[in-house]
Amino acid sequence: MSVDILFASVLNGLTTGAVYALVSLGLTLIYGVLHIINFAHGAALMVALYGVYGLKTAFGIDPYLALPIMVPAMFVLGYALQRGVINRASHGKDENILLVTLGLAIVLENLALMAFKSDTRTIDTPYTLTTLQVGPAFIALPKVVAFFGALVASGVLLWTVTRTDLGRAIRAVAKEKHGAKLMGIDVDHVYAMSFGIGLACLGAAACFLLPAYYVNPQVGAGFVLVAFTIVVLGGMGNFAGALLGGLLIGVVESLGGLFLGESLGQIGIFAIFIAVLLFRPTGLFGART
Amino acid sequence: MIRDVTGILIFALAVIALTLLLSSGVWLNALMMTLYAALLALAWNLLGGFGGQFSFGHALFFGTGAYASAVAQVTHGINAWAALALAVVAASAAGAFVGALAFRYGLKGSYFALVTLAFAEVFRILAVSAGFTGGGVGMMLPLQESVANLQFGSRKGFVGLALGCVVTALLVTAWLRHSRFGAQLQAVRDNEDAARALGVDPRRTKLAATVVSAALMGAAGAFYLQVFQYIDPAIAFGPHVSVEALVGAIVGGMGTLWGPVLGAVVLHALAESTRNLFGNLPGLNLVIYGSVLVLIVMFMPRGLAGAGRSVRGWWRGGRD
Repeated sequence: MSVDILFASVLNGLTTGAVYALVSLGLTLIYGVLHIINFAHGAALMVALYGVYGLKTAFGIDPYLALPIMVPAMFVLGYALQRGVINRASHGKDENILLVTLGLAIVLENLALMAFKSDTRTIDTPYTLTTLQVGPAFIALPKVVAFFGALVASGVLLWTVTRTDLGRAIRAVAKEKHGAKLMGIDVDHVYAMSFGIGLACLGAAACFLLPAYYVNPQVGAGFVLVAFTIVVLGGMGNFAGALLGGLLIGVVESLGGLFLGESLGQIGIFAIFIAVLLFRPTGLFGART
Repeated sequence: MIRDVTGILIFALAVIALTLLLSSGVWLNALMMTLYAALLALAWNLLGGFGGQFSFGHALFFGTGAYASAVAQVTHGINAWAALALAVVAASAAGAFVGALAFRYGLKGSYFALVTLAFAEVFRILAVSAGFTGGGVGMMLPLQESVANLQFGSRKGFVGLALGCVVTALLVTAWLRHSRFGAQLQAVRDNEDAARALGVDPRRTKLAATVVSAALMGAAGAFYLQVFQYIDPAIAFGPHVSVEALVGAIVGGMGTLWGPVLGAVVLHALAESTRNLFGNLPGLNLVIYGSVLVLIVMFMPRGLAGAGRSVRGWWRGGRD
């Protein structure tokens, strides 16, 4: 095992990890504010991926140029889902929300299966096969773009939450729902906005992901578990934790695949997940109160 | 208790009568698959409905049972009936393992759901990678029709097998409803701290419920193998079985005796009728399941049997 291969593996892991981090940021925001575990997160990412795919194949829009379309579209979808379906079904009980998001995930996945069949699809862009040389390693260009894009998107998200009025409202509702309501904040609206933002992150992630990846109705399931692992690892509701956790898990997956083979390598992630759930459920960086 | 057992007896006799009267393969198949779905839901209901622990990865136990039976029969030539017993034991062991880990570390609610999901996925990956399970190709049971081999020429035999398992599950559920253990389990579900204050050991109670639930899932897994004579990691540990188990129980009414059966019947009827209307679109029945799940949680959180229960209460003037 030469150092070069290890280096390449780690770099690859970091690029994948950045996208994982972006996906998980949405999930951790949704958990931090609404305190719901969104089982539909993976399915929503799958929907976004099909959206990007559709835009490319039907209208020829490049995935990166589709960002201004996908992000708002996913935001609207998220807002509508939260306000229209999830909020109505919650009746205030946690298990209900768990089940509703699970039901949504099932519906979305299988609607996609019905509409698109289970074929795995990829898109062809002029830069799909371009590689960049970083030291001794060759990294695919789409992955490098994904890495920086995900970091920028995460930065935008963090800025929104810390510097804008909406962000302040979100943090207030996350900390103390009733107090926020007393201060005149429309909690239902903030919930829906948070869910929308969480899904908007998926829209961005999909645009960065598709050039180097693929889509079929089942991709969501794979992502959802990884995203949960990262969220729990970093601490539910903790943004920095999600970012670092994402990078870490990306590297673990890459190294696991290198040493154990593609399929068995995935086990590293779930082993970490189970270990964290059992021994340190507040995550490596502690939960945000 | 007598009332429950009588009800179960009547149910069993009705199914037997139906089986003897039917000769159409399509209807017998539908009956068999509905009983199978009811078994899944009944098993999940023990842990989820009565125990209040929602498992999203119940396929874990199903797959363990199915693979145990497959490996026993194919690799070691063990008799099919013994393999069925082995499947139950293996699944129970898996249940004990996961339950001990999860409850030792106090996992509840969403965390428990997540950890069961993670375990199911881990087992799926292991099944794909291990050699003795046939890897991703799965395992095939050679065709050898005879009662000794638990393979029946007509569906009627399989209906009988499924009915046996379902009746067992129903009897266990009925026992749970009237026994001290069942009362303790439901107490833990409703308020774990209060139960502990009253001297109930929540960890052992939940663990026992997990093991029993897993045992029934293991039987379901072995049953699946006998009927379809094929198992692979995706079927064994994938989300389809997990979803079918929990949707059936929730739609029918968690924590009731007949809820899971009712849920299985309704869901299957829905799936079959939509299939006749819309053709064999892949994934259609799961879209139905998912939508029904969302609708039931939104409008009838106590499930169909839960709604029925309140009507009965009104006309009988009291609780069941």
